[in-house]
Amino acid sequence: MGAAAKLLRGNKINRSRAGDLLLFLFLAALGYFMALPLVFVISNAFKPINEILQFPPKFLVRNPSLNNFTDLYNLMSGTWVPFTRYMFNTFFIAFVGTAGHVIIASLAAYPLAKRKFPGVSVLFTIVVLSLMFSGTVTQVTNYMTMSWFGMIDTYWAVIIPAIGSSLGLYLMKQFMEQIPDALLEAAQIDGCSEYRIFWRIVMPVVKPAWLTLIIFSFQGLWGAGGAAGSMYIYSEQLKTIDYALGQILAGGIIRTGPSMAATLLMISVPIIIFVITQSNVLQTMSTSGMKD
Amino acid sequence: MSMIPLSRKPGELVQREPRPSVWAKKMSEVKQNKHMYVMIAPYFMIFFIFTVLPVFLSLTVSFTNFNMLEFPDWVGWQNYARLFIRDDIFLLAVKNTIYFAAITGPISYIVCFVLAWVINELSPKVRAVATLIFYAPVLSGNAFIVWTLLFSGDSYGYINAFLLKFRLIAEPILWLKDPQYIMAIIIIVQLWLSLGTSFLAFIAGLQSMDKTLFEAGAIDGIRNRWQELWFITLPAMRPQLMFGAVIQITSSFAVAEVATTLAGFPSVQYAGHTIVTHLMDYGNIRFEMGYASSIATVLFGIMLGSNLLVQKLLKKVGE
Repeated sequence: MGAAAKLLRGNKINRSRAGDLLLFLFLAALGYFMALPLVFVISNAFKPINEILQFPPKFLVRNPSLNNFTDLYNLMSGTWVPFTRYMFNTFFIAFVGTAGHVIIASLAAYPLAKRKFPGVSVLFTIVVLSLMFSGTVTQVTNYMTMSWFGMIDTYWAVIIPAIGSSLGLYLMKQFMEQIPDALLEAAQIDGCSEYRIFWRIVMPVVKPAWLTLIIFSFQGLWGAGGAAGSMYIYSEQLKTIDYALGQILAGGIIRTGPSMAATLLMISVPIIIFVITQSNVLQTMSTSGMKD
Repeated sequence: MSMIPLSRKPGELVQREPRPSVWAKKMSEVKQNKHMYVMIAPYFMIFFIFTVLPVFLSLTVSFTNFNMLEFPDWVGWQNYARLFIRDDIFLLAVKNTIYFAAITGPISYIVCFVLAWVINELSPKVRAVATLIFYAPVLSGNAFIVWTLLFSGDSYGYINAFLLKFRLIAEPILWLKDPQYIMAIIIIVQLWLSLGTSFLAFIAGLQSMDKTLFEAGAIDGIRNRWQELWFITLPAMRPQLMFGAVIQITSSFAVAEVATTLAGFPSVQYAGHTIVTHLMDYGNIRFEMGYASSIATVLFGIMLGSNLLVQKLLKKVGE
């Protein structure tokens, strides 16, 4: 018991065994609910067709096969718009949007966190207020603005608003606040310009924060073809993978296998990024609190 | 200025410069910090055009009749009158949205915190795995589409098959077509998707807590983990709790994608209709921009109002 308990809870004071058990049961029940749909995706991605059509349906796969992945490949080669085009669209939107957001939001976060100048507190208050309403409030008027700018039915309709996302700026600013002023002053005395300080000193120190911005922005844009994309992008050749997946799934039960295979491939990308960056993300989130 | 020279001896030079006005002082500060403005300019240009301006624009457009083609007509409060008096479906959408938010908001917030707190009890390796499992649904984005297979209306649907097997039901239920169940299912899926940013913020906040606080607490007579939670952890976590509240409240009022994907658009008898789907109906399908803007303005008011109210309440905690 001793070793197992230590594995489970580490070294903490004031802990009873009954409480441990209770909390463990809570965790297990909730974990089951959370994991079930994803287990379903994995399981169905490897089910051969006879198991998918089996009645009554079994939840877990018996004889895993890779047929769904080859079927998916065949389905993809038969689409009117080449599937590589959907892939390019998704990658382009996710990479350009994420890179733009990380660079531009960090650039703005540094003065907000570390410098005093007229307007700085008003600007940050507006950013905090903007966390209090979602993009759905602005989508109608954004449609009008974008049509005036000629952005409708281009990648930029999805990318540009994502670059200006306020959560990223907020997290970055909160994290940058803990950089010691002495570090920046030393650089100033050495004659570094503000841009140099930003690139050479601030950015390396806030690596956890920009990794966090990368995962948040990427995960939003990777699936964003769905929400923002369907609203602003009409052309078939500009649509993203998840739109194509919706089309595959619309083929009914016979397409369940390939579409689950595709879903598995899609979700594994952000999950892998998160696994790699998890400790950095948590480090960043520890400064996310709102001060009075 | 004209009074000063009276006391001046002839021939003395005026060394004092005129006192700079507040405005001039501000301008010189702005000049000194011009690099700062250059650095924030790209972000704030995008932010103002796509986040701040739309709020004011939609407030203005909401008093007009505008279809994107003709010049807008000023109609005064007509859109709002139509919303609250004649549009029964909007009132239903408001009712549904408040119902969703009142359930998913508090539940998801409490679950986020309790779960983060339980996970924090685990050793670092187990903690990392548990965090991944609970955060995975948010990471996997549109994978919530699998719920349509689980709740599929025929006997191939997994929930139906399961209930049929144990003879809990006699024939398959059309889960996503029956107004009786639509709301509950959307709530379940929304809760499944709700362990997001605030969950991570809570875990991180708990991990970075000052460990000596607990030791001091134990000396002061704290006997068990529940007392520790109430007297030490919660007060110390207030900034994270406020941040988490903002994220959860905002997302719980924005239910739309899950509703339209699962229950269709429009859903049967509008059972899964929310303010946001109503907005999409008028803004993106009918192009009645004036009317859609009045819906957006109402939604903005509800979101901001409830957020500010909860912030006020949370500030009182522990005072």
